[in-house]
Amino acid sequence: MEFRLEASSRLPIYRQIVQQVRQGAARGQLKPGEQLPSVRELSRILVVNPNTIARAYVELEREGILNNQPGRGVFVAEPRAQLAKEVRRRRLIELVDKFLTEAVHLGFSEAEVQRLVAARSEQFQWEPSRLETRS
Amino acid sequence: MSDVIATERLTKYYGTRCVVNGLNLRVQSGGVYGLLGRNGAGKSTTIRMLLGMAHPTYGRAEILGHDVTRLPPEVRGRIAYLAEGHPLFGWMTVGQAIRFIRAFHPQHWNQNLLDQVLEHFELPLGKKIRRLSNGQRAHVALALAIAPDPDLLILDDPTIGLDTVARREFLVSLIHVIQREGRTILFSSHILSDVERMADRIGILVDGVLRVDCPTDHFKETVRKVVLQFGGTPPAFPGCEGLVNAAVDGRRLELLIVDFGLAQQEIIESLSPLSWDVLDLNLEDAFIEYTRGSRPPLFATADSGPPNGVTASREEGRRHEE
Repeated sequence: MEFRLEASSRLPIYRQIVQQVRQGAARGQLKPGEQLPSVRELSRILVVNPNTIARAYVELEREGILNNQPGRGVFVAEPRAQLAKEVRRRRLIELVDKFLTEAVHLGFSEAEVQRLVAARSEQFQWEPSRLETRS
Repeated sequence: MSDVIATERLTKYYGTRCVVNGLNLRVQSGGVYGLLGRNGAGKSTTIRMLLGMAHPTYGRAEILGHDVTRLPPEVRGRIAYLAEGHPLFGWMTVGQAIRFIRAFHPQHWNQNLLDQVLEHFELPLGKKIRRLSNGQRAHVALALAIAPDPDLLILDDPTIGLDTVARREFLVSLIHVIQREGRTILFSSHILSDVERMADRIGILVDGVLRVDCPTDHFKETVRKVVLQFGGTPPAFPGCEGLVNAAVDGRRLELLIVDFGLAQQEIIESLSPLSWDVLDLNLEDAFIEYTRGSRPPLFATADSGPPNGVTASREEGRRHEE
């Protein structure tokens, strides 16, 4: 996967990296088990302080998206459900509400938003729901 | 972690002009600190005081646990300094410059590290320094600075005068240096995006005062532009915690504030503006906001009123330039 840093982004560099890995994993560009560049390598590739890269990797590991195997490297983790069903549901609802608020203010109709969501959704790699099997 | 650099109310006057004002700066061991400021903000004077090349008017500074006015030679040998513009003797070849500098460091000399940098950037030993490009000279200067394996590296605006490509390559070199753990780096710059890439911590000097001193990520996440609208000429802003810049534009007062919160809100409301807004801004915007200072608008609008007050502050700004 190619990392890209946007100088014009409002996000700090470590956040941009977190977001790109998260998105890459969600879209299937990063497959479970795939190796990522080491902290030092990515620091050189992006010309960024290694502490910044390390911070992003630690955060991604905490979220269960990456798996750091000392001595071997950093890998994309197998997707797993870490949060209880209700917690995940609430988090998603929060994001949906934020998105819908924005859509209303931008003047879209409900039908337009639904069409847009359906179209964008095709860009992602979905898995059968993990919500039913747990908690 | 201990502080490699610690200053206490460090102050420098040149005549009646205060160039560095009550600076309390701390740089932790192993940290990369980016000192940002416009020309004349006091960056170079601060660095010169840290190195004992300029004497503070008040206050004190310690480097590696020693008062900077009495640095023992062996401690001085653990500090590398890259002066602005990378001055080297132009008549020497790269190889001669290496032998010259090496003679000052009989104990510590990491030829391997030096060779790596020279090789990576294809710097020929036989070439005269004055025939190198600015970018090449910067690489040679950095390689020479780190060859004695210093504990502390101080760089004064190292990318000034370099074009975009050379600047990026210099940062690559610097990353290489940063990756060697345990070394502390203080560098000054006037380019915010360079500081963001390199520094763990950012300090912003405005007219000799350290207005911001926080982790780089924190700065980017919490910097806000606050725009106050007035019916006439805005009142003078009394100042607040985290204020980086205040600029008047016609009937608007525009503030750049880090960590905007209730305390700042109260001060803003005490000025009774007609309205006020908080805007997010990206680093480039923040940089432009910050560098632009209190200048009169380029095109005066009908409601901008007489620019007298603003002109006076610009005069002020010019006098502060070194």
